[in-house]
This record gives sequence, C-alpha cells and structure tokens, in this order.
Amino acid sequence: MEIIWILAIPLTGGLLLALFGCRSFAPELNAMMSFATFVASVFLAIRVVNDGSFSAYNEQFFVDSFNVFLVALTAFVSFTTSLFSRPYMRIEQAHGKLSINMLRLYHSMYQLFTFTMLLVLLTNNMGIMWVAMEAATLTTVLLVSLYRTPASLEAAWKYFILCGVGLAQALFGTILLYFAAEKVLGAGGTALLWTHLDAVKHQLEPTVLSLAFVFLLVGYGTKVGLAPLHSWLPDAHAEGPTPVSAVLSGLLLNVALYVVVRSKVLVDGALGTHFAGDLMMGFGLLSVIMAAFYLSRQKDVKRMFAYSSIEHMGLVTFAFGMGGPVATFAGMLHMTVHSLTKSAIFFAVGHATQKSGTQLMENIRGLISTNPTIGWGLAIGTLAILGMPPFGVFASEFLIITTAMHAYPWTTPFLLIALGVAFAAIFSRMQEMVFGPATGQRLPHPPALIPVFVHLGLVLLLGLYIPPYLADWYRQAAALIG
Amino acid sequence: MLNFAGQLINLFAAMLLLISFAMLSQRRVLSLINLFALQGLVLAVSTTVVAYSSSQHHLYYSAGLTLLLKVLVLPWILHRLIRKLNVKWDVETMFNIPTTMLVGIVLVVFAFNLAAPISQMAGTITRGTLGIAMACVLLSFLMMITRSKAVPQVIGFLAMENGLFFAATSTSYGMPMVVELGIALDVLIGMFILGIFFFQIRETFDSLDLKHMEKLKED
Repeated sequence: MEIIWILAIPLTGGLLLALFGCRSFAPELNAMMSFATFVASVFLAIRVVNDGSFSAYNEQFFVDSFNVFLVALTAFVSFTTSLFSRPYMRIEQAHGKLSINMLRLYHSMYQLFTFTMLLVLLTNNMGIMWVAMEAATLTTVLLVSLYRTPASLEAAWKYFILCGVGLAQALFGTILLYFAAEKVLGAGGTALLWTHLDAVKHQLEPTVLSLAFVFLLVGYGTKVGLAPLHSWLPDAHAEGPTPVSAVLSGLLLNVALYVVVRSKVLVDGALGTHFAGDLMMGFGLLSVIMAAFYLSRQKDVKRMFAYSSIEHMGLVTFAFGMGGPVATFAGMLHMTVHSLTKSAIFFAVGHATQKSGTQLMENIRGLISTNPTIGWGLAIGTLAILGMPPFGVFASEFLIITTAMHAYPWTTPFLLIALGVAFAAIFSRMQEMVFGPATGQRLPHPPALIPVFVHLGLVLLLGLYIPPYLADWYRQAAALIG
Repeated sequence: MLNFAGQLINLFAAMLLLISFAMLSQRRVLSLINLFALQGLVLAVSTTVVAYSSSQHHLYYSAGLTLLLKVLVLPWILHRLIRKLNVKWDVETMFNIPTTMLVGIVLVVFAFNLAAPISQMAGTITRGTLGIAMACVLLSFLMMITRSKAVPQVIGFLAMENGLFFAATSTSYGMPMVVELGIALDVLIGMFILGIFFFQIRETFDSLDLKHMEKLKED
C-alpha cells in the first residue's frame, strides 16, 4: 500500500502543478507534495525494518533494505530541496530570470522527476527500470534548459544526446540480460523480474551476462557520471537552476548507480568471478583521479562542485566494486552522506550566486561578512565534503581507503593523491569565497538555510554516531549485495 | 515454409542494413525522414513475418506498435517540425561521405564478430540477424557523430532505437510487452520534448546548426 502512495503522490503532484503551477501557492504545493511522499517513504521504511523485504502487486514491485534506504533518502532530499527552491525560485523570478510559465514547467517536472526516480528504485522489473531511467532524463532536459540561455540550451542538448546514447547501450544490455534469462525462466513478463533473476543467477549463461554487464555499466555509468563518460554532468549542473543541480547530484547519480549494483549482483552470481567488480573499480578509480585534476582548473563554482560529485560517485563505485561487507557498507554510507552534503552545498552556493549575481568564483567574495549563515553553510559544507573529521564523509572515506589498503594496496596512493589534490583545490577556493572583502547585494526574499543546516547536522551525526538500527539496516543491505 | 520465412527475414534484415547505409550518406533532411519511415516499415513487416512463422502472438502487437509509432506518428511529427522550422529543403554539407561509408563497413564487420557467439546460443529462427541489428545500431551511432545539425542527429537517435528493437526480436522474440510499451512511450514523449527543444534552440541561435553550441568546453 505504501508503495502506491509513494508513487501516486508525486505523479498527482506533477499533474496538479501542471494545472496550478502558475498560481502563487505553487511552491508551497510542491513542498507539501514532497513532504507527503517523504512521510509515505518513512512508513515503507518502518515496514521493511519490521517485516523484512517483500514484493507486491504480482511481484512487479520489490522492496528490500538496499532500495528502501535509497527511497527514504530520495524522498527526504526531494523534500528539503523543495523547501530550498521555494525562496530560491522566487528570488530568480524577482531578478527577472524566469517567467511564470517557466515556473509552472519547473514545478511540474520537479514532481515527475521525483516520481521517475522512485519508480526506478521500487520496480522489480529490469525493463521498467530502464524505462523509468530514460523518463528521468526526459523530465530533467527541459529543467536544465529552463533559463533558455545559449549555454543552458547547449548543456541540455548535450545532456539529452549523451544520456540518450548511453541509455541506448543500457537497453542493449537489458536485451542481452533478457535473452539469457528467458532460456532459464521461459519467455514472458517474469523473465526480467529481478527477484526471479536473482533466484536463478547461477544458471544464467556467463558469456552473455558478462557482455550484458559491460553494456549496462557503460550505459547507466553515463548517468552516474563515471569518467570518461561524464562530460554532460558539469555542464548540466552548472547551467540548470540550482535546485535541479542539487537533486541531479544528490539523487539521480545514486539512483543510476543503484541499477548498476543490482545488475552486478546478477553477474557475480552467474560468473562466480570478480569481473564485474574489477570493471567497476577501474571506472571508479579513473573517475576519482580525473575529477580531482579537473577540479583545480574550474572557475565556475557550480561546475567545481559538479566535478566533486564525479569524484565522490567514482569513490562509491570503487567501493561497491571492491565488494565485501565493509566496503559495501562504506559505499552505502558514502552515498547517504554525499547526497546530504552535496545538496546542502548546492543550497548555499545557490544563494551565494544569487547575492553576487555570478557563478564565477573570482567574483564571489566575503560571504561571511554579508550573510554569515550562507558563508558558514558553505564553509562547513565544504569541510564536510572534503572528508574532514568529525563529519560522516570522513567515516565512509576512511572505511573505503582502509579496505582498499588491505585488499588492493596498489590503489591506495592513487586514492590518497586524488583526495589530496581535490582538498587543495576546493579548500583554497572556498576560503576566498567565504572570507575576504565583501561584495554582493541584498536578496529580495529571505534565503532558505534551514535545509542546509539540517543536512549538515545529519552528516555530523552520522560521523559521530550511527544509530544501531541504521547500522543494522546498512549491514543487511550489504549482505544482500555481497 | 519455415525455410521460406527464414529467407524472407534475412531479406528484410539485409534491407534494413542497406537503409542504414543510405541514411548515413543522405544529406537532405526530407529524404532522411522518408528513409526513417521506410526503415520502420521494413521492421514492422519483418516482425510480422517472425510472428507468423514462430507463432509468437505478442509479436503481432509489437509489429502494430512499430507501424503506428515509427511509420506514422514519428515521421508525421518530424515532417510537421521541419515544415514549421523551415528546414524542409535543407541540404547538409558533410565531409567526405566515402570515408564515412568505409568506416561504416568496418563497423559492420565488427558487429558481426561481436554477435557471432551470442547468435550461436540463440534458439530463434531469426538468430542470424543479430549481427545486422548490431550493425544498424553502430551505423546510427556513426550517423549521430558525423552530423552537425539537430534534426539529422535526432533521426540517428531514433534509428538506433530501431536497431535495438530489431536486436530484441532476433535474439529473444522481443521484450515483454509491458517493457515494449514503456519504451514506446519514452520515445514518444522524447520526441515531443525534442520538438519543444528545437524551437528553443532556433529562437536562441537562429539556426539548428549545432556548431553554434560548442562553447561549453574545458579550458
């Protein structure tokens, strides 16, 4: 029942906002809908914690501890982002960047985007997963080009074509998966259900599955932003409105990686080797290193944090690639803390760019003196994302690196150098933006900074103390993924 | 009878490959759309033959869906778009068509090699055509790379989807119906969004030439 609510609320929200999105209460309606989705996801999470995993509606939907944690995270961050977007979009409108019709499109697509992500997470059918993933691209294309500037149109076109081609590869991977599955499970609708595939994974044809995984990893990896397929990501993050950057970075990348991990479980079962894990480790490590070195060359603040997302998603992919209970646990923890921290940073950055009227870092100065809350939000968020103790990112990065030292010692220097370079690049930029002589103007609406501090508070909490039920939850999920 | 159907399917597969090459070298937008519609038609007919010869009844629906979407609706939308955007008589200047064709031939050889181990495992009447399906996908990909205008790039994208559909038919008699419907819905919505997008691009850049859109680069 909860599943229906979780999917129906954002879908109705999308339709309602398409009708009423031009009214003055649209931002509040948007936040209310997201809040209702979040409440439904909490009920679902409680049920899974109490009763364990279950499938529903002819096994078309499947919930276990791995996806329910992502459902709760997605619903939570969509809710806080909708709170942030309320004043943010009003300020953009007051600055004359957006018309009322653009806002209607934005609100409607925001809800539909949440719907598609939750559908990817909840469906049991690998084919529907693909369909929903493609729909997630389609709903965000017009959001990236919302400002209709030449740069935003270019970014949206690149996003559409690259992710479209990427997902076409993933579709071919899914076709190959179905081909292997229908030999064992017989033709028809059930052969693509993940639970059925998982039950017979040892009988699936290894050659087909390994080829299928290559296509699935390259395809969905394009959406995760793994190097060298990442080139859409910085553009889309920099040119779209900031709430969209926050959900793209904090949620969509996680959701795409979720599909990769689900496929990895099947391939590992069929092959009995570490082939899938090796591929993921390779792509992950390459992303971490490449992103770290691109970071230091960025001039645009949102672009810089987009590269930081590539780096962190690379780290998570690397962790899942290593496998084993500790690395998988760390990967999931890192997914959670990255998505909370990065969206908080984007909230602070969004208001900072509105105050300065530019995204160029050299023109953003002295945030602490003009608006201490934005300044401190950005400073603390940056320290958190750079992995400073006592924040949660430190805990997960520490676990990932120590596991890597034990299992794959040769990767340690690469990881440490990349993290060091990223630290130097982001930290020095942050100092210049936060301290120093002040520039900038007053905002026409008070900024929304509660979400920033709620997110950072949670990240701090996860660094100091992981509640036992949450740790159990991660551990169960880690056991499922293996 | 089965043998005859098999030959017929191979004939249609060969036609699909030829159409893919024709699209690769076609410079006129209008003819490109017609070629795309023809590709859809061949795909629908070949799916019907497969459905008849293997008595897989759900494939009749797939064939119907292909006919409706790829032969009627999408080409109609594309025709309307190029008329409204005033690019109906556009002729693209492409560099070196012979080289592109040669690269295409290499891709076909590569596709056949990649498909060989998989098609040996398939038990379908159509298994020999997987190589052609993959070749169609790769050729559409090549077409997207070599084009610098928005409409031909999108046609390349749609042709790639045709190739994938053909691959699904030749390995496992298509995907489950619910997935096929979902994919068709995505393609249709995607086409609408692209339609809106074309107008936005033209409004901003005064043309649909993508060479104006190379500003976002790492320096």
